[in-house]
Amino acid sequence: MPVQIILISFLIFALSRVLLRFRGGQIKSGEFIFWGVLFFLAIIGILFPEETTSIANFLGVGRGVDLVVYVSLVTLFYLVFRVYVLLQDTQKEISEIVREVALRQVKNSAKK
Amino acid sequence: MKTLIVVPAFNEEKSLTRVIKDLKAHGYGNILVVNDGSQDKTKEIAEKSNVAVATHVVNRGLGAAISTGLAFARENNPDVVVTFDSDGQHKAEDIKKLLAPITNNVADVVVGSRLKSNNKNFPLRRLLPILFSNLATFGLYGLYSTDTTSGLRAFHRRAYQKIKLKSDRMEFSNEFFKVFVEQRLRYKEVPIDPIYTGYSLTNSKQGSELFSSLKLGFKLIFDLLR
Repeated sequence: MPVQIILISFLIFALSRVLLRFRGGQIKSGEFIFWGVLFFLAIIGILFPEETTSIANFLGVGRGVDLVVYVSLVTLFYLVFRVYVLLQDTQKEISEIVREVALRQVKNSAKK
Repeated sequence: MKTLIVVPAFNEEKSLTRVIKDLKAHGYGNILVVNDGSQDKTKEIAEKSNVAVATHVVNRGLGAAISTGLAFARENNPDVVVTFDSDGQHKAEDIKKLLAPITNNVADVVVGSRLKSNNKNFPLRRLLPILFSNLATFGLYGLYSTDTTSGLRAFHRRAYQKIKLKSDRMEFSNEFFKVFVEQRLRYKEVPIDPIYTGYSLTNSKQGSELFSSLKLGFKLIFDLLR
C-alpha cells in the first residue's frame, strides 16, 4: 500500500537523523536507544499490521491501529510534559544568568 | 534603620523620574532600580538620577526583577528592603507606615494593602483580579491577605535573607506568601492609598493583571504537581 511506503520512508529518514545526532554527540546513548527503538518498532508495525492487531487483541483493544493511536497519545502527552518542565528549568537558568550579569554591573559601576 | 528601596522598572521612562524624586524627597536615597530589559530610556533615566541600576539584558518579568533586588540586598545587607512600583501608583510617604511594624519588631514582612485603604475610588476592574488572586493564595497556602498583588512591600533582613522565589512572572506575588508560611515569617498589612492616574491604569503591565490572575491558577497547580 502506498501509505506504507510513505510512512516507512519518513521513519527511515527519522532513524537516519537519530543516528546522525548520536554520532555528532548531540544526544546521549539512552536517548539514541529510546528514539531508535521507537522508530524501528513503528516500521515493524507498518510492515506487519496484523501483528499489531494480535497484540491489540491480547490487550483488549480491537485493532492494532487503535492501539498505536492510544499509545502514541499517551507518549506524546508525557513528552510534552517533559518538554514543559525542561523549558521552565531553562527559563529559570536564563534568569539566573541575567541576574548575575546585572548584579556584577552594579558592583562595577559602584567602584568607578 | 538602613533601608534599601528596590524599584523594578520595565519601560517606565515616563514615570521613573517622578518616582525617584518622590522617594528622595522623603529621605529614601538608597535606591536600586532594576531595569528589566526596557526598550525605552528607562536605563538612561535611572543612571542620570544617581541611583544604583541593575539592568537585565533581556526582559525576565516582574518576579525576576524583584528577585534581583533581593539578591542585591543579600550582598549589601540593609536592615529593610522595600519594593516600590515604578509606574507612580505608590506614595513614598506610605513607606513609613510599612516600616513601623518592622521597627516595633511585630513583623518581618509588611505589605501595603490597597483594599484596606479608605480610598473609595478603587476601580472595579482592578478589584476582581485582586480578589481572585487573594483567594487562590489562601486556598493554596492558607494565608489570607487583602492584597496579594500589591507592589509595595517591606522585608526585614530576617525575611529577605530567606526569600528565594521560583517564579519570574506575575505569579511570584503569590509565591511570596508560600514562603512567608514556610519560613514562619511574621506577616502584617497596612493600608496604603494607591494613586490611579490615567497613566498607571493604561499601563500594559497593569492591564495584564486579569489575564495573569487567570493563568495563575493553572500555573500554581502545575507547580504543585511537578
